[in-house]
Amino acid sequence: MTADDVQALTAQLARDPSSLVFLPLAEALRRRGQLDAALPVAEQGAARFPEMAGAWDLLARIRSDRGEGDLAFDAWTTVLRLDPAHLGAYKGLAFLSFRAGEYARSLRYLQRAVDLAPGDDALRAALERVREAAGARPVPGYSQPAADPLRVLEAEPGLALLLDLQGRPLAGSIRNADGKDAGDAVAAVLAGISREAERAVRLLGLGPWRRISLEGGPANFELRTPTIDSVLLVTRPREVPAGRLALLADRAASAARRWLEELR
Amino acid sequence: MSLADTLAAVTRIPGVRGALVVSGRDGLVVAEALMEGVDGRAVAALTGSVAGRMLGLTGALGAPPPALLHLQAAEGALLAAYAPSGLLVVAVTAPDVNAGEVRLALLQAAEHAA
Repeated sequence: MTADDVQALTAQLARDPSSLVFLPLAEALRRRGQLDAALPVAEQGAARFPEMAGAWDLLARIRSDRGEGDLAFDAWTTVLRLDPAHLGAYKGLAFLSFRAGEYARSLRYLQRAVDLAPGDDALRAALERVREAAGARPVPGYSQPAADPLRVLEAEPGLALLLDLQGRPLAGSIRNADGKDAGDAVAAVLAGISREAERAVRLLGLGPWRRISLEGGPANFELRTPTIDSVLLVTRPREVPAGRLALLADRAASAARRWLEELR
Repeated sequence: MSLADTLAAVTRIPGVRGALVVSGRDGLVVAEALMEGVDGRAVAALTGSVAGRMLGLTGALGAPPPALLHLQAAEGALLAAYAPSGLLVVAVTAPDVNAGEVRLALLQAAEHAA
């Protein structure tokens, strides 16, 4: 695509920001290596069409090209929420995993891609190459169990809880002021928080919400959405600096995201 | 200090698009100082809803009510300070605002709104 074509698409998008022209425009910019220009176009498109798997796939490819593996991973897992049979997302996730040296994970994604496109010789060749790189010797019937992400991260139990949007705990635990388990009560309270926060920021034109911080009293809290259908609550005593708590929550959300992906 | 003065102290901070005092119980606007295009009633209702749920969280844990809520989004943020009277002092901000400064201003405003 020529520079004139890109200019024409840019003008078209400016005239009608709600059109789908962001797709060919961002893709053209990506192919031309103009990643800084492609990113906001794709981001705004995905924000405008949050249910469109193709928009998130495009965003993921741009993130991947920028070397932003975690953000690309987020975008491709969103694609799979919207379209569980999206070949491009599996290929992308396999590539990211391979790049990170996680060969076993890469093999799983590639195998799913091959299952979806059994006639794709290039995919089969890639599968073989990753198998060789991993030195994999498949043992039928064995799959390594995924670790509970919150247990892995938590030195002390009772300080992080992962739940689904129906208010059902998925992992971790949270304790009340008396030291008793309060997971079910907290999950029930937080069941609708993701939708409410989404509604609030959307109406105000603030884009997708990233985090909620709550401070005051003897403890501070951080909320994240590791995936579009889960919520993570992390708490620490107020003596823990707010910035550190935010980082802990980010790390826990990242682990939770991978764990949920393993389960699916 | 009047409610208008209280809000002015918040909106003076660069990047703050507006500030309101909201009734936490029913999400109604008590006072507002908003930039054009920001719907005060919607901000009040939605902030009241999210802040109420967060109050439920601390209640479920047997903890005292929170002091400050910070909802961060990609292109801005919504911050709300809880006043002891049940009022909320709310700010809508741009993404590059000094959140620490807004936080302090809201906590002070919440004291005046008590």
